Amino acid sequence: MTETPVEQIELDLLLEALYQRHGRDFRAYARASLERRVLAFLPASGVPTVADLIPKVLRDAAFSDRLAEALSRASPREMFRNPAFFRALRDRIVPVLKTWPSVKVWLAGCSTGEELYAVAIVLAEEHLADRTTLYATDANDAALGKARDGIYGVERLQDFTLAYQAAGGTGSFSEYYRARYGSAIMIPELKANITFVNHNLATDGPLGEMHLVLCRNVLLDFNEALHNRVIGVFAESLARGGFLCLGTKENLLGSAAASKFETVDCDTRIYKRVGR
Amino acid sequence: MSPESARRCQGIVIGGSAGSVGIVFDLVAALPVDFPIPVCICLHLHANDDGLLASNVRSRSKLKVLEGCDKMPIQPGCIYVAPADYHLLIERTGTLALSVDPAVHYSRPSIDVLFESAGLAWGDGAVALLLSGANEDGVAGLRLIRSWGGLTVAQDPSTAQIRRMPQAAADAGAASLLLSPEGLRTLVLSLRG
Repeated sequence: MTETPVEQIELDLLLEALYQRHGRDFRAYARASLERRVLAFLPASGVPTVADLIPKVLRDAAFSDRLAEALSRASPREMFRNPAFFRALRDRIVPVLKTWPSVKVWLAGCSTGEELYAVAIVLAEEHLADRTTLYATDANDAALGKARDGIYGVERLQDFTLAYQAAGGTGSFSEYYRARYGSAIMIPELKANITFVNHNLATDGPLGEMHLVLCRNVLLDFNEALHNRVIGVFAESLARGGFLCLGTKENLLGSAAASKFETVDCDTRIYKRVGR
Repeated sequence: MSPESARRCQGIVIGGSAGSVGIVFDLVAALPVDFPIPVCICLHLHANDDGLLASNVRSRSKLKVLEGCDKMPIQPGCIYVAPADYHLLIERTGTLALSVDPAVHYSRPSIDVLFESAGLAWGDGAVALLLSGANEDGVAGLRLIRSWGGLTVAQDPSTAQIRRMPQAAADAGAASLLLSPEGLRTLVLSLRG
């Protein structure tokens, strides 16, 4: 048996303390990125080592909240990341969605909502918004609140606009927000068919009879066991013929549910739910 | 052959920016088909690179060259290239990981992120090469690998097209060796898996 490095034991103990004392569960997160986030948290927290974080977590709830936020996926997300995917969404998926009388779409791990509004814009431009319910879920209530607000700094609008154009937008991106006092708020029409729900991919079950599930670059945060669990949840959530979209560098991997999908477009990681 | 190369090497990480691509191409072209060690490459790329660097490396190498995907198993004798707009990391479980965490030194992929994770995963079995470049990404990661007993090499700044990156590594005491591109090649070919 090879010896477990001390750093790894310390991180295990820290995550166990965060979970047992505060119910914040990062134990099934992918370790390399998580370790980096923990190390990045140290200088700002005034705590010298990972081991020194453990007693703080055991006794200081406010400190633990700050740590948990730092470990959650809190980095700002792009709108229309990977424009080729959004073109494929229009070309390969939308025509099929149009054959259903009503459509249910689940954006899992919506974080602060950037990609959610990108999808809402595509659905609106493809005249699908009125018969679509778009479920936006995240395990983090603070992020979900920001997604619901749909308010972003105006300094990000240029990137959003360029990405919208590259992704095959058919209108003008400026139609989709109102800018005021250094902020841009997404228009209420985009939010009309969105339902925001707290859902934890690590512990919660399927959401039924979806026609499209999008979960792009969210599973990067999870270890393989949790990744495979979530693929199973998506398989159970999707109607036959429904679509699953992952990030362009993610895969179904060794999930037992992988056999329930066939590949529609490998480059943009679009899969279709087949069989029972 | 330098005494450092007698060690057993678990993996090689290579980082570079402006002026490093040609050196990487020459290096991978020199690796024999039975090269026993995995190689991970992180070069600063445009966000829309779209696999171009990986296919350019592939066309020059006798080894299997893949653009890194999340949770991909790391195999000896394979070359993995960090995809544009993701950080590439090494997991202790012997797989790759990707992340969309914020850029480091304005870079995603960042060399520091790759190097630090390689140090954590491979300890004194890590070998890191930092090449020509115009910023200081990679220096902190190189220092970390050195502190854990890994072998850290920077390109001899006098041979670098842009010397800032390897010079910063030398100034910070992060590099245990400074080698010319030919020296880097000789060293890598002498490593044992």
